[in-house]
Amino acid sequence: MEELGNNSRHAIQLKVNGINYQLEVEARRLLVDVLRHDLGLTGTHVGCEQGVCGSCTVMLNGQAINSCLMFAVQANGTEIKTVEGLAQGYELHPLQKAFKQQHALQCGFCSPGVLLNSLDLLQKNPQPDEAEIKEGLSGNMCRCGGYDNIVKAIKEAASELAGKKAE
Amino acid sequence: MEGRDRWVSKSIERLEDDRLLRGRGQFIDDLKPFPNMYHAAILRSPHAHARIKDIDVEKALSMPEVVSVLTGQDVAQLSRPFIVTGPKDMEYYSCAIDKVRYVGEPVAVVVAKDRYSAEDAAGLIEVEYEPLPAVVDPEKALLPDAPVLHEQQGNNLVMDRVYTYGDVDGAFAEADVVVKERLLFPKYASYPNETYGVIANYEEDSDRLTAYCNFHGPYSMHPVMAMALNTPANKLRIIVPPDVGSSFGVKITSYPYVVLICLAAKKAGVPVKWTEDRMESLMASSSAVDRVAYVSMASKKDGTFLGLDMDVLDNVGAYMRAPEPGCVLRYLGNLTGPYQIGAARMKARIAVTNKSLTGPIRGYACQHLYFGIERVVDRLAKELHMDPAEIRRKNLIMPDQFPYKTLSGGVYDAGNYPAAFEKLLEMGGYEALLEEREKARKEGRLFGIGLALGVDPSGSNMGYMQMALPAKARKRPMSGSAQATTIQIDHGGAVTVELSTVCHGQGHETVVAQVVADELGVSPYSINVVGGMDTSLRSWTISTGTYSSRFATVSASSAALAARKLLEKMRKIAAHLLDAEPEDIVKEKESFALKGTEKRLPFRAIAAAAHWDTQALPEGMEPGLSATYFFGAAPATRGEGDQINSSVAYGFGADLAVVEVDPETFQVNVLGYYSVHDAGTILHPAIVETQVKGAALHGIGAALYEELMYDENGQFLNSTYADYICPGINETPKMVTDHVETPSPLNVLGSKGIGEASSQTAPVVIANAVEDALEPLGMKIDRLPLSPHFLWSLKKSKGA
Repeated sequence: MEELGNNSRHAIQLKVNGINYQLEVEARRLLVDVLRHDLGLTGTHVGCEQGVCGSCTVMLNGQAINSCLMFAVQANGTEIKTVEGLAQGYELHPLQKAFKQQHALQCGFCSPGVLLNSLDLLQKNPQPDEAEIKEGLSGNMCRCGGYDNIVKAIKEAASELAGKKAE
Repeated sequence: MEGRDRWVSKSIERLEDDRLLRGRGQFIDDLKPFPNMYHAAILRSPHAHARIKDIDVEKALSMPEVVSVLTGQDVAQLSRPFIVTGPKDMEYYSCAIDKVRYVGEPVAVVVAKDRYSAEDAAGLIEVEYEPLPAVVDPEKALLPDAPVLHEQQGNNLVMDRVYTYGDVDGAFAEADVVVKERLLFPKYASYPNETYGVIANYEEDSDRLTAYCNFHGPYSMHPVMAMALNTPANKLRIIVPPDVGSSFGVKITSYPYVVLICLAAKKAGVPVKWTEDRMESLMASSSAVDRVAYVSMASKKDGTFLGLDMDVLDNVGAYMRAPEPGCVLRYLGNLTGPYQIGAARMKARIAVTNKSLTGPIRGYACQHLYFGIERVVDRLAKELHMDPAEIRRKNLIMPDQFPYKTLSGGVYDAGNYPAAFEKLLEMGGYEALLEEREKARKEGRLFGIGLALGVDPSGSNMGYMQMALPAKARKRPMSGSAQATTIQIDHGGAVTVELSTVCHGQGHETVVAQVVADELGVSPYSINVVGGMDTSLRSWTISTGTYSSRFATVSASSAALAARKLLEKMRKIAAHLLDAEPEDIVKEKESFALKGTEKRLPFRAIAAAAHWDTQALPEGMEPGLSATYFFGAAPATRGEGDQINSSVAYGFGADLAVVEVDPETFQVNVLGYYSVHDAGTILHPAIVETQVKGAALHGIGAALYEELMYDENGQFLNSTYADYICPGINETPKMVTDHVETPSPLNVLGSKGIGEASSQTAPVVIANAVEDALEPLGMKIDRLPLSPHFLWSLKKSKGA
């Protein structure tokens, strides 16, 4: 197996929000740093670099992951969705709309991670109850403490998405 | 505008939310203001107390990516110690010079081409330390044989004052009952998810420093930074982006890092960016003080409070960093809380120890104050066999007593405390809860009810800092709480509002748009509100910023009054164009009309005249439509002796908590949390609700989970979020909030601060509820946090 020294550089390919990128990165470069600083997708935030706060959550091949706990080289060849890829142009995603309507954010720093974890939750469980939402969001810290409205917003988005599916 | 037509008091969608939800917010770490930006890493002390014998930076400098290394020697040469408020001098720099005094204290700053290399290089710096004995306990720090942190001071006592209001000894002598408790409050902080960040640049030719950062005030720290940097204040430009990832007071004390990174940029000769990581944040950003307090209350046997006597010892860590000693001063005006008490005294001592530094944390010391008062009120109730609600009800300040002058100089502007308290008891179902407790106890369950009340001060008066010194030692008069807003109306009548509040999650863009929309008769969504801050371009004063819940009390009024200033000018223009007197012009929804006639001019026509046709203006009038209003809150006066109106307005908060403690694991389960506030006029109900709940959750964190822990040698023990536990979604109890609205007569909107709210009462209401739950076991609560481990140990020590 190839030896990956700290400073060794590696060519990788990422598909982020539908766009293909070819990059050369150090073996130790975190995925979140590539997204934020190399690709300029600063919507994904860094709150702890310890995998506790969930601010850096993105979807990798359809699964929510902490991008602060993964090296970019590990993501080689994957498809990633960040918060910038949620809305369809001007049209907000039902989760984004519901968060806005339910006042489910204050400073908004944790929101991108919360949104992507909520998306992951709704993909696995389209009609979660309150306990399931709490379980699903247990890896996201909102230090402003807006959890009540986050739960309401996820429920609202779930109904909206269910309605869309039925149409 | 009145009634239903107003935008204010409606929960409109926030102007900020679209960009934040799309991931297009602009936070400090997102900015790239300079094309050739370099990155800093800070080397920090692993010792609690040690002398720096030598620093060898050669290996670090030999890395090709490294530009320079800043050490204490550079910092001593390039800067001056920060101004510290207090009776003693103390040399506090942004970096350790010849001694380290806490784990995490900056020792050197590496500047390199990227953060990864900067951290590598920091690891190559060799520091030779001579470890010294450390002390972390404030009581032990005052013992004669304790290690002394600052040798020039001789000991670790940095403040020692007694504030006396009325005949305290007399009140205690005539009392039927006296209760006295020793109470410990933990070192914790409401950490924001976004950490500190600074991007600094130095221009040699103009000697100008520019620092992008997430410092949100008070801007009284701007002169503190400028003096430390040895630069004229107008050559230090602070720019804050529109989005700041919350703070809860923690980012007030980011200012030493602004100075440190400015120095690093100055030495390196390139723009330098530094973003604090979480470990640095937990280890060395800021926290509330830990406090040892002896609190006594004297009472008649019918439960009438006669006197309050407190002896507090606060631990500010290794240096008394401004705005400390606010920890003992911020609440001076509301020292006696919501009660009528005949006499009060506070002996206030502050010790330095080998712990990290402190500063304002949401609630700024009111949680410490009310932990004292509301614990002894419960004890007194027990002593007198009175219901805890009844004893509180009996001593509350009554609605007809406002404005109420407190013993310590506070002037409570307005409020209906009994109405709010009764609303709380009804909302929580207090009577039914008492029955439920009865039933639970019979079943052997540990079920408890807690109550706590507090006065919620908002809009700090700069004058309170003077109270650190005895009256005759106060050299410079200080007073005030002012905030500016600038509004421009363009050639087409469109409105732009420029803020200097430095919002960090409170939705100021939205609420200011509502306020200005009401004044000008336009839609809030048509207004362009510019957030963030720039000290070179915006209007500001030293009290500028968002802290001490001052937006609703001070800042919102400055926006309303700036709009009124413009309307007055537009009225004069309309009068001139209609050949009438300004007093005969009335503002209608979208036009100005001449009273009693059909003549009217559209809003936009007046705006057009001010820009396109200045000849149409009254003689001598300035063209254009731009106004800045500095609202200076009148109650922020200097104070006399030790009496000070420490805040501009005072709200009220009443909390009720219901808990059940697991008899085997001692896990505390909060079954319900109820909270009623009187914050005057509510400007945006949904924002207020999230503020109240968020503040309560911070207080619950302090009560049950959060404490920055050190071993006896000063080694810091919980530097990750895995070890320092903050409440998350599963630790959030069911919360219900409501309000009584008694408008404040002191500002344009009648509103008061509410952002800190229950963070002040939550720690004690949980303590009261847990002690009530543990009553069958005879366990008494004298400290926080109430972790299962602590409660279990307490039970063991009681042999219960």
